[in-house]
Amino acid sequence: MPAVQETVERVKRIDVDQYRYGFETLIESDKAPKGLSEETVKFISEKKNEPAWMLQWRLEAYRRWLTMTEPTWARVDYPKIDFQDLYYYSAPKPKKTITSLDEIDPEILKTYEKLGIPLREVAMLEGVEPKPGEEDPARRKIAVDAVFDSVSVATTFKAELKKAGVIFMPISEAIREHPELVQKYLGSVVPTSDNFYATLNSAVFSDGSFVYVPPGVRCPMELSTYFRINERNTGQFERTLIIADKGSYVSYLEGCTAPQRDENQLHAAVVELVAHDDAEIKYSTVQNWYPGNSEGKGGIYNFVTKRGDCRGNNSKISWTQVETGSAITWKYPSCILRGDNSRGEFYSIAISNGYQQVDSGTKMIHLGKNTSSRIISKGIAAGKSQNTYRGLVTAHRKATGARNFTACDSLLIGDKCGAHTVPYIEAKNSSATFEHEATTSKISEDVLFYCIQRGLTQEEAVGLVVNGFVKDVLQQLPMEFAVEAQKLISISLEGSVG
Amino acid sequence: MHQLNKLDTKMALLEVKDLKVRVEEREILHGLTLTVNEGEIHAIMGPNGSGKSTLSHVIAGKPGYEVTDGQILFKGEDLLEMAPEERAAKGVFLAFQYPVEIPGVATMTFLRTALNAQRKARGESEYSTPDFLKKVREVSKSLNIPQDMLKRGVNVGFSGGEKKRNEVLQMALFEPSLCILDEMDSGLDIDALRIAADGVNALHSPKRAMVVITHYQRLLNYIVPDIVHVMSKGRVVKSGGKELALELEASGYAQFEDAA
Repeated sequence: MPAVQETVERVKRIDVDQYRYGFETLIESDKAPKGLSEETVKFISEKKNEPAWMLQWRLEAYRRWLTMTEPTWARVDYPKIDFQDLYYYSAPKPKKTITSLDEIDPEILKTYEKLGIPLREVAMLEGVEPKPGEEDPARRKIAVDAVFDSVSVATTFKAELKKAGVIFMPISEAIREHPELVQKYLGSVVPTSDNFYATLNSAVFSDGSFVYVPPGVRCPMELSTYFRINERNTGQFERTLIIADKGSYVSYLEGCTAPQRDENQLHAAVVELVAHDDAEIKYSTVQNWYPGNSEGKGGIYNFVTKRGDCRGNNSKISWTQVETGSAITWKYPSCILRGDNSRGEFYSIAISNGYQQVDSGTKMIHLGKNTSSRIISKGIAAGKSQNTYRGLVTAHRKATGARNFTACDSLLIGDKCGAHTVPYIEAKNSSATFEHEATTSKISEDVLFYCIQRGLTQEEAVGLVVNGFVKDVLQQLPMEFAVEAQKLISISLEGSVG
Repeated sequence: MHQLNKLDTKMALLEVKDLKVRVEEREILHGLTLTVNEGEIHAIMGPNGSGKSTLSHVIAGKPGYEVTDGQILFKGEDLLEMAPEERAAKGVFLAFQYPVEIPGVATMTFLRTALNAQRKARGESEYSTPDFLKKVREVSKSLNIPQDMLKRGVNVGFSGGEKKRNEVLQMALFEPSLCILDEMDSGLDIDALRIAADGVNALHSPKRAMVVITHYQRLLNYIVPDIVHVMSKGRVVKSGGKELALELEASGYAQFEDAA
């Protein structure tokens, strides 16, 4: 049987039920009643001990949401979601103040262990200082603000960050402790009226991360948050807000895995980034949520709004994403290039297998003068999946000297999947330079046989070829994540070659 | 093959016995027999469509070929029972007529992945990165292959000559006991051909056999065979010493068409 044919056969047999991270942690949780109403919004706000202005903000969003309809323009197909049949809040129950990792529920620690991300390792890393001038990636510290379901259960490295003046905390805490910052920036990039899912998030968001880096500060460590969805039928509504003040730098890493389940789960996160003059934000994501079983049942619905605002001159925002999970992905991390000479980047690897549907891409909105953007998108479709790149590049009439380079490459494994590229390009002034390149290719029999003749198994051969295909993007990830991402790519392709 | 008797004291490395092969209902090899002993250099010559490349693909285990009869033994073991990657680990190496490009995969990475995969399959320990680097530097130096080539994507943007040298480099690194060179001369100018052939000659050893598949005699000016086989219509129709190649050059393949 020809190799690709064999791959196709194996894809037919894939059983994503073997989903690596498909386990559930038994922890009592504290839930809001099912369904969405003003009462639900008030319940959440109360649970979080929020000030009145925050509740008001939520309620306005909720009322706005009632007037909105779900977007249908994406190339994804799923049964209608009953928004009254979901829980909008759940939190692990045992609540007491945690001062060290040892006090965390052992069940939670075990979960992290299965994920290969033991918090203990983080604690161990404490105090391991690389010598000055020495960049040892294995020793570089990562601060983990662990989001377990909706509530952050552990926050580490706080002290060191505090010394640098960096604020890194759950957004629920920031609302209480830094209301002036939150009020100033929350919704300033993604307004409450932005889109159906962002508005829903604004009404019911449970928790997420807040980062503020003061002027001139280079954040002393990578900031990392690991998300887990762990409660059956619980919509997850993360809200993240990152502000890099003038001349500052921060790199934020986000990684996700979720346990398997039968019913679809809605996830509608909002991430807002603000970069002031000369500031830089690097936001990296590795996403591996439950993609559904071999019949395409179950799996996470991922409707995310991520947007960065290069508000200041010479500012820079860079998105890097490795998307391997979710049944439906609807995600367009974008940059508003408002400041003069600002720069936006989008590096993406989107892998779909089984019955997954991915509609993802970016928007680069050039408003300031001499702004530049770069888009490198790598889509890999296997099984019966559909993989769409959708991108918008616009230059405002005042955005003179705007430059964009876009390269969209798609790789097909088997002949039951689809790859689509939908680029929108609008230049409203004649000095803009936009370049767009796109390729679609299949892994050829000859390439696979060449590798196999040199001793690789078929699976290793596919892994090697795919890793070569996505190399440009993997290189953008911080070292720790690049390794994890490479593992993920192999895991998600395991299904495609048996 | 009575004229080969003087070599029979050597151990048989590859034994192809009455091999019949089909591709999509059409029989390409109609009962081919061939024995290659260790340390020998064989040349297989023949016109286009005589089944030379099919033979090399079937030995290496390329998908798409159906063996309907006969057998292939490699070091006495049934080769057809083995997956293609097992055959590689056992020491079967095919130098491709058209080596493929693998964008984004550095040649160095490819070499290490392949070598370690073979070693693992044989139950040997995998090379650590420093040990591997040392070995690959040694080998490439001995073949006059510039280090720069190792950093580039596998065969990406390589000239025809560079691609063939990359094949020779892999041959040297993996240390196979049987090397099949499929139309190695295609697409090479005379200088590139000489360089590639020098590499092959350097790798010839008393334990390692080479099977050189070629359409033209000119390659055999550089790689001198012990035995020359003429293939026509899916069979070996004549075998002889190196002078057979010269004879072919002078009179062409037509005389063998009837023999098949």
